[in-house]
Amino acid sequence: MSEPTPTSNAKPGWSRVRPARRFADRLMKVTTTLFTGLAVFVLFWILGMLIVKGIGGLSVATFTATMPGPGSQGGGLANAIVGSLLLTFIGIAIATPIGVLAGTFLAEYSRGSKVAEVIRFINDILLSAPSILIGLFVYVVMVMPMGGYSGWAGGVALGIIAIPVIVRTTEDMLRLVPNHLREAGSAMGAPLSVVITSVTWRAAKAGMVTGILLALARVAGETAPLLFTALNNTFWFRPDLTGGVSNLPVTIYQFASAPYENWQQLAWAGSLIITLSILLLSVAARSLVHRDK
Amino acid sequence: MSKAPEAAQKALDGAFAGGEALAAPSANLATERDRNAETTMVDMSTSSAETQRATYVPRATPKKGFDFFFRHASRASAWFVLVLLAGIMLSMIVGGWPAFREMGIGFLTSSVWDTQNDQYGAWPAIVGTLITALIALVIGVPLSLGIAIFLTQLAPPWFKRPVSTAIELLAAVPSIIYGMWGLFVFVPLFAKYVQQPVNSIVEGMPIVGTLFKSASPSGLGILTAGFILAFMIIPFIASITRDMIDQIPTVLRESAYGIGATTWEVVNHVLIPQAGVAIIGAVMLGLGRALGETMAVTFVVGNANRLSASLLDPGSTIASRIANEFNEAIGLQLHALIALGCILFFVTFVVLVIARLLVARVKRY
Amino acid sequence: MLTPPSSSPQVVNENAPVRIAVKNLDFFYGENKALKNINLDFKDRHITALIGPSGCGKSTLLRIFNRICSLYPEQRAVGEILLDGYNILGPNVDVNELRSRVGMVFQKPTPFPMSIYDNVAFGIRLYEKPAKSELDGRVEAALRRAALWDEVKDKLKSSGMGLSGGQQQRLCIARTIAQQPEVILFDEPTSALDPISTGKIEDLLEEMRHDFTIAIVTHNMQQAARISQYTAFMYLGEVIEFASTNTIFLAPEKEQTLDYVTGRFG
Repeated sequence: MSEPTPTSNAKPGWSRVRPARRFADRLMKVTTTLFTGLAVFVLFWILGMLIVKGIGGLSVATFTATMPGPGSQGGGLANAIVGSLLLTFIGIAIATPIGVLAGTFLAEYSRGSKVAEVIRFINDILLSAPSILIGLFVYVVMVMPMGGYSGWAGGVALGIIAIPVIVRTTEDMLRLVPNHLREAGSAMGAPLSVVITSVTWRAAKAGMVTGILLALARVAGETAPLLFTALNNTFWFRPDLTGGVSNLPVTIYQFASAPYENWQQLAWAGSLIITLSILLLSVAARSLVHRDK
Repeated sequence: MSKAPEAAQKALDGAFAGGEALAAPSANLATERDRNAETTMVDMSTSSAETQRATYVPRATPKKGFDFFFRHASRASAWFVLVLLAGIMLSMIVGGWPAFREMGIGFLTSSVWDTQNDQYGAWPAIVGTLITALIALVIGVPLSLGIAIFLTQLAPPWFKRPVSTAIELLAAVPSIIYGMWGLFVFVPLFAKYVQQPVNSIVEGMPIVGTLFKSASPSGLGILTAGFILAFMIIPFIASITRDMIDQIPTVLRESAYGIGATTWEVVNHVLIPQAGVAIIGAVMLGLGRALGETMAVTFVVGNANRLSASLLDPGSTIASRIANEFNEAIGLQLHALIALGCILFFVTFVVLVIARLLVARVKRY
Repeated sequence: MLTPPSSSPQVVNENAPVRIAVKNLDFFYGENKALKNINLDFKDRHITALIGPSGCGKSTLLRIFNRICSLYPEQRAVGEILLDGYNILGPNVDVNELRSRVGMVFQKPTPFPMSIYDNVAFGIRLYEKPAKSELDGRVEAALRRAALWDEVKDKLKSSGMGLSGGQQQRLCIARTIAQQPEVILFDEPTSALDPISTGKIEDLLEEMRHDFTIAIVTHNMQQAARISQYTAFMYLGEVIEFASTNTIFLAPEKEQTLDYVTGRFG
């Protein structure tokens, strides 16, 4: 990466690199370094803020007590944490089979198919579609017909956000599997489905798991789609998940600018918990792929 | 060895002539095969011309049912992706239809948002959405390109990985956390060190005064939202641009260096033009993100229903308005909010389609 | 250039039955005709080598014998290939069954991402449900047969990917043998291996030819001369000359063949 730049080797009498050029070059190097530094600084700034403001709110009660009512003292986030885990789990449980199978179709079953081209394209669009629209969609097709907010609607919304992530990574990872491995599987007389499930999937396992972990990281912090689907709940939610289901992101949103100090404190603690979990998940997912390579 | 395999072979040849052997397993053949397998197991290591040729065993394709199920389940899942997009589009149109019908074209152009009299106009939210996204691009794009150039051209290899990871982690930080950071850390600093000084400077100036004078220097506003958005889209634009530059053949770069170009000249005249279309695609992707971003914007944009001429005044975006009002909305207001979502859907859809077309053109060699 | 094969394993049995008969075979990649009017006979329990300069279609031809080419819809074979008199290009052929009867070993070693044991058992489990003890026996027999048993018997449960290149290739051979095919196709099986591993595989081939009908594609003429009994020389999608290996290398009829085997072109 360290190219011998003519400027740095400029010797007396060597004047082809005019000062203006040299200056532009230096300026570019300094600014790009500064820009990168700024972005990294912002990351650490955010992390620092979360730790400073959130660590004070962390206690045993945070994980054992339910959310406090208005004006009451103490309280915790137990119901929000459990609710979040549950909603995320439902979402991933819905998205994994659909996403993996769809990605498999795109990578393995659709050589030269025009429909596959379209599906791939649409999936990429869904990948960056605003998550609030997914929330609205689920509101229209699930919450309205079923007559109320529910954890199921929240899980479905998260699932819909996770699907394109899993489709994309599954397809990408399967495409990395060398073709001669597929041919060898077929040459044993195995039907395509068996080649895929016991050879190709195995070969791409680490990458596919990474995709699911990344999808998990992506949906775990989503707030907007939950606002109109799972809503929130100050108390323990119903076991059948009808009605509002408490969850961390919406709790943070509601508590952050509330007038009660213990609410604000809990919002910061929740932010710290959720961000650290997501960042750890992302780093773990990445290292899984890099170790595999 | 025994004559049995020979007989089997004859039977086999006969069956083959008819071409039906494939579907007609014979118990006799199967037992022959087993015996044969045993003998081979015993003296496999002492291979000789004596060892029997494996006899023909009809073997039906295994797992036919599973194969059928798997293929169709995969196809159905892939189609589901199409159904999803169609469903989202349809639900937005149907859900928003009452508002479109009631307000007519005025829904797009009117600036009134009056829940008392059931009058709804999307104009301020549309403008707010476009302006915040534009500000995010103006700030975010140079930063992203700078980061991509630094990562591909300047960073030593050992430094590249951790910095890349840090940049990508910016994308993993949940949007609501950016909102918290914006509201509780950035906004007070911005109000104190930017808005108040700027206010006293631009006071009374034409145009500049209108654009940058804030009625109440609270720190909340369109510009703040754009600024936060900039940092949220940086990781997307920077990583795609980095990947695109990395894909450019080394030969091209080396030949540019070979005629004495400086790093800046190589970047400016060779790498950026080479990756140009894809970089525009990456920027469009960032734009798509910025347009639909909800939580962070909701925290800092100020949520004003009116449109102000100043960038430092509070405003609202489509997404922030939906997030703010949806849970209390009833009747026509609810439909108006879904109609807002419908507009957002089509705007981001167009932007993302263009983005993907531009990125794809380079990626598929 | 090329020393004529001195010690020849070319015990050609003129009366051996024909296992695979190729009749008037054409092959297309899309619109592009890659093989033109191929006619060849592969004799039972002999090794037939396909040689020729790269791009001459020898691998393409081999890949039709187990219809692996059918994985790619744009590839199309026209004509007849008779396996024991049965046209494997016919419309009602069960390609999976065909492939279990016509095994294939590839240029690059292709161990599946699973344990050594599972690699060998893969093909058996596809078509049969043997008891554990029988399966163990057949896995061991196949590994012994591929001269790999002694090297892996203590680590059957470890991944097949952890073996060396030559071992991986022998694992692939064991995997193929375990399925008890009748014909085995080798597509340049040693081109990715070092000389010692190559020698082991060649010894193996020589032994295996007593039990299987073998077709091998090789770009290495000495290898063809060392191990095969019949050789087909191909050029630009056509079979130029097909005869016993001794004839091809010592007294070819066609000038092109002579030029190729003496290294004057190719």
